[in-house]
Amino acid sequence: MSFPPFTTLTSQTLVLHIENIDTDQIIPARFLTTTSREGLGKLAFNDWRYDEAGDENDHPLNGDAAKACQILVAGHNFGCGSSREHAPWALMDYGFRAVISSEIADIFHANSLKNGFLPIVIEKSAHEWLLDHPSEEVTIDLEACEVRLPTSSGAKNGGTYPFKVDPFSRQCLIQGQDELDYLLRQDAAIKTHEASLNKVGQ
Amino acid sequence: MTQSLFDKAQSLFDKVWERHVVSAETREQPATLFIDLHLIHEVTTPQAFTVLKERGLKVRRPDLTLATIDHSTPTLVNEDGSRPYVSAQAEKQVELLLANTKEHGITTHGWDSPYRGIVHVMGPELGATQPGMTIVCGDSHTATHGAFGALAFGIGTTQVGHVLASQCILMRKPKSMCVYVDGELSEGVSAKDVILAIIAKAGVGGGTGHVIEYRGECFESMNMSERMTVCNMSIEAGARAGMIAPDATTVAYFKDKPMAPVDFEAAAADWLSLASDADCSYDKEVRLNAADIKPMVTYGTHPGMAMPIDGLVPEDDAQALAYMNMQAGAAIAGTEVDTVFIGSCTNSRIEDFRIAANIVKGKSVADSVTAVFVPGSEQVKIEAEAEGLHEIFLAAGAQWREPGCSMCIGMNGDIGKPDDLIVSTSNRNFEGRQGPGVRTVLASPATAAASAITGVITDARTIARSTS
Repeated sequence: MSFPPFTTLTSQTLVLHIENIDTDQIIPARFLTTTSREGLGKLAFNDWRYDEAGDENDHPLNGDAAKACQILVAGHNFGCGSSREHAPWALMDYGFRAVISSEIADIFHANSLKNGFLPIVIEKSAHEWLLDHPSEEVTIDLEACEVRLPTSSGAKNGGTYPFKVDPFSRQCLIQGQDELDYLLRQDAAIKTHEASLNKVGQ
Repeated sequence: MTQSLFDKAQSLFDKVWERHVVSAETREQPATLFIDLHLIHEVTTPQAFTVLKERGLKVRRPDLTLATIDHSTPTLVNEDGSRPYVSAQAEKQVELLLANTKEHGITTHGWDSPYRGIVHVMGPELGATQPGMTIVCGDSHTATHGAFGALAFGIGTTQVGHVLASQCILMRKPKSMCVYVDGELSEGVSAKDVILAIIAKAGVGGGTGHVIEYRGECFESMNMSERMTVCNMSIEAGARAGMIAPDATTVAYFKDKPMAPVDFEAAAADWLSLASDADCSYDKEVRLNAADIKPMVTYGTHPGMAMPIDGLVPEDDAQALAYMNMQAGAAIAGTEVDTVFIGSCTNSRIEDFRIAANIVKGKSVADSVTAVFVPGSEQVKIEAEAEGLHEIFLAAGAQWREPGCSMCIGMNGDIGKPDDLIVSTSNRNFEGRQGPGVRTVLASPATAAASAITGVITDARTIARSTS
């Protein structure tokens, strides 16, 4: 499986100023009986977005402007909870290509990178500025590993902030390639390891 | 294995990691890590098998892959023997797992197996889980298997596909964290209370990026069931995995297991060599005293929002307290309960039901409470029924169901009604986890059983036990 290459992304942000947003909020467990990965965007944050009749409520995620946002800004410790890859699948199908927070849970982080969805952990001051300034236009430059906040907005923190991304994952994202081919090319090394296991009788 | 004088002192995690490196980590690329056991279930595998099919790949090591059905499976049986699936889609997902594993020659503990169960209960019972292994599963509570000194962690569906195709994953070595709990627990304090106290102290993100090793007298004196409860909730502290060094208790656990190694003595000697070297170091340390830990319950909407059961609800996130309908400054004991759930990969083993039976025996579940007891596996069910525990539960008015994940995640339709308060022995109290609008209070089996009897959140130490 491959995904669209990720180089630079400029978009308005959608801000969810909530800490510890867990995978049960991103996509509730009752929707995990699906056997496909398509069409999960309408279920993203389902229990926040719909009323009892199943109609969209006035949650910020339901506005037309929100649905055009490709960058999600979320409170500390985003994506905690389960290993469900349905979470990044749902966020991507909704239209997001990246999430920015001050901490992102491990498994969600790993799952995201494998789907061309960029999880960015940014320093606290920039994160706070982003949380306080929804709908600003922000640029993510993956080649330079930088988030550029608008300088024209008058914000004193407007500027450029570096972020870290695993060099291997970065290369995969820029090329729009998944990791499976790389693993399969290691067949000889895997065979050597397997042979050493057999020798000790495992 | 000989160790040169120049080798750095290694932790349990270092040793297990090192044994499984196929190609080393560099600045440019993560390590390729060989996986000894790949556990699979119906929820996180369909899309991975689809990728194999699309790319014309086969399962590299079906012999190191083990399947069961647990999440979307009904825990009730109709009178005619059919199973009341929550939806056609849930049934299709289960059928697809059975078809995929059949096609690829993967051993599967399906409906007719006496070992079917929650994947993290089943693996150890079979002896498939063993010390020193690398174990993965598309399920964050794979950390459970770390109780045996395995490096075990949850992966997403893309990586499930990687492991099916290559028996390896790409990963950078996480940092290490040691949680020491010194001393002995007080009477009536359980492993569940210990891990809730640890998460409350370390925070739900406290272990992010780390593998935890649990050390100290408190864990050394625990049986394997209790150690599994602790390691299970490592993920609730943000850690990918939690581990406890193999010792005599670990070795004894495997003596009668179907998949135990043939050369048991040699394997046991190897397992015992995995313990952390005396002077090894960790990137982060947390220390608690066992004597300070009380029975714990959660009051909020993540597992770090936990408190002693005899305490007052603290000032905390207003939205979380509003969702839970909890008032800061009020006692949590005495809060009305609608449902009690004993089950899940955290607390559904035979030892958990023995504790519950000891409290419930000769008493009745409160009229206002629905008590749902779900064994973690067919083996737990068989053993509990052989001991007559189910008769104690049924006589008290509790439900005794078929094994599965059930109300922990509610994927099979076992959920509460909006506003219901569920005292649950499971692992997550996120909003809506047990059904839209449902309020979850995480607790030990003892607290859950005591609360079922009284109809309010109850400290089990205050309940008189049957002496007969």
